[in-house]
Amino acid sequence: MSQASNKVFANGWMLAVYLFLYLPIVTLVVFSFNDSKLVTVWSHASTRWYSALMQDSDLLSAVFLSLKIAFLSALMSVFFGTFTAFALNRYRHFRGRTMLSSMATTPLVMPDVIVGLSLLLMLVSLQHWLGFPQRGLFTILLGHALLGTAYAAVVVTSRLKEMDGRLDEAAMDLGSKPWQVFTLVTFPLLVPALVSAFLLTFTLSFDDVVLSSFLSGPGFNTMPMVIFSRARLGLNPTINAVATVTITVVTIAVIASSFYTSHIERKRKREMALAYSDSNQ
Amino acid sequence: MNMLKNLFQGNKLVIGIPYGWFLLLVAIPLLIVMKISLSEMEATSVSNMISWTNGLPTLKLNFANYQFIFSDALYVKTYISSIKYALITTLICLAIGYPFAYFMARAPKHVQPTLLMLIMLPFWTSFLLRIYAWKTLLVSNGVINNVLMSLHVINAPLEMMNNSFSLTIGMVYSYLPFMILPLYANLSKLDLRYLEAAADLGTSPFKAFWLITVPLSKAGIIAGSMLVFIPAVGEFVIPELLGGPDTLMIGRVLWDEFFSNNDWPMAAAVAVVMIALILVPMAILNKAEAKLEEA
Repeated sequence: MSQASNKVFANGWMLAVYLFLYLPIVTLVVFSFNDSKLVTVWSHASTRWYSALMQDSDLLSAVFLSLKIAFLSALMSVFFGTFTAFALNRYRHFRGRTMLSSMATTPLVMPDVIVGLSLLLMLVSLQHWLGFPQRGLFTILLGHALLGTAYAAVVVTSRLKEMDGRLDEAAMDLGSKPWQVFTLVTFPLLVPALVSAFLLTFTLSFDDVVLSSFLSGPGFNTMPMVIFSRARLGLNPTINAVATVTITVVTIAVIASSFYTSHIERKRKREMALAYSDSNQ
Repeated sequence: MNMLKNLFQGNKLVIGIPYGWFLLLVAIPLLIVMKISLSEMEATSVSNMISWTNGLPTLKLNFANYQFIFSDALYVKTYISSIKYALITTLICLAIGYPFAYFMARAPKHVQPTLLMLIMLPFWTSFLLRIYAWKTLLVSNGVINNVLMSLHVINAPLEMMNNSFSLTIGMVYSYLPFMILPLYANLSKLDLRYLEAAADLGTSPFKAFWLITVPLSKAGIIAGSMLVFIPAVGEFVIPELLGGPDTLMIGRVLWDEFFSNNDWPMAAAVAVVMIALILVPMAILNKAEAKLEEA
């Protein structure tokens, strides 16, 4: 094969994969503006499913519950995920390190049904002994925070690895206490990673249906639980409308955060270059 | 301030906080699952393992759940079928994902971040909604059949829904990014000088690919495959929405034991056998990831 035909093949392959990935998403969005009750047959454009959505109180209250849980669980995930990443990367040798690292990867790969079932059985035993927690918002929150911690730890770890350890050392050589090194040097450098970890764990929580179903109690239906129970019954045009709103918000957030991250990164590089040229004069 | 100071000097706390968190939410729950799988359902609660007779504790282990799983043809068939679908998904993801990651790693440096973000973006937007989208595409009066019929490519709608085809498409679609990301991370770090040296020595690009690129990306291949295979074995949402009566998946059986039959010990036993099946793949994954870290 010649160089040119190689390139055509490579680009064609990549294009095909992107089409495969985006075809369902585009279909969802397009048919959310379809007037017909039949989800898959185009009649003409309308926004009637968006008005239907505004009156769908079951779905709207589920959206608010999901937003609340996603926000709180993302905060918890970033908190525990950062500790996990520090424990695994800043302390290379301690007893039980392998145990911690395998416990931290378990929620990433273990099938959701097992994580959900095991958490629920633990919480039920706990309730049996202590009388709490009741199944509801708190128990869903714990499940999502566990899953999120594992993902946040991965994001923070990859940042910690590419960070220049010499900055910490320099700060310590100049007499900073360990907590000063953290608050003045390490933490500011970590902020972009913490932002993307927050966004990722927020969307994971906002998307979860399996853990929520196991851990929820009566009256606590998250948005994915409502969508799932409707999708099981068949096709439903309001789901397309919800999907379009969700996809739009997430896409904007992801693109904005990636711009923000690269902006911070460039600014830091510029400042470092400046500091370096100052010290050379 | 003093408290904060002690906090960060306390290395024990930095390790202790995540340790306690994961012990409580990962290790202890898994032990409880094992315990409950050995008890039986009594009316609305799980039987006690330890009973007191004449002031002495007696341990009562109930292996009936496991005996049932291994003697019932349907359970065994379902486990085998779950592994089969997970394996097929992994192989297709590898066949699509490896060339993709390879081409992405060879793309001009300045477009790579955009290509990567385009892979990540669907991963960020709701998994559940994307699976639902496939339903609208694949059903017999769905978008694909409608388009093909209006173009007169086919006369009768294709049966693409609630069978192994729709299940496989849904699984490949959802897990493809998990394959591509570790492979890309691995392939983008590949030292191109090896390939140049091989070319200088007269090796054909095809041969160089199999003799150099593939062996050097072994850790990425293994990590990606395990990241797809392990969760795919126990997948529930995709078989529930896209699968049919013939596509047996163990995740659905566990769900039904728990939610429909209310048999918690049986659900726990189904989970324990599933964990046993994925223990070896998980060990392989940990090893591959340690190798990727070294590189």
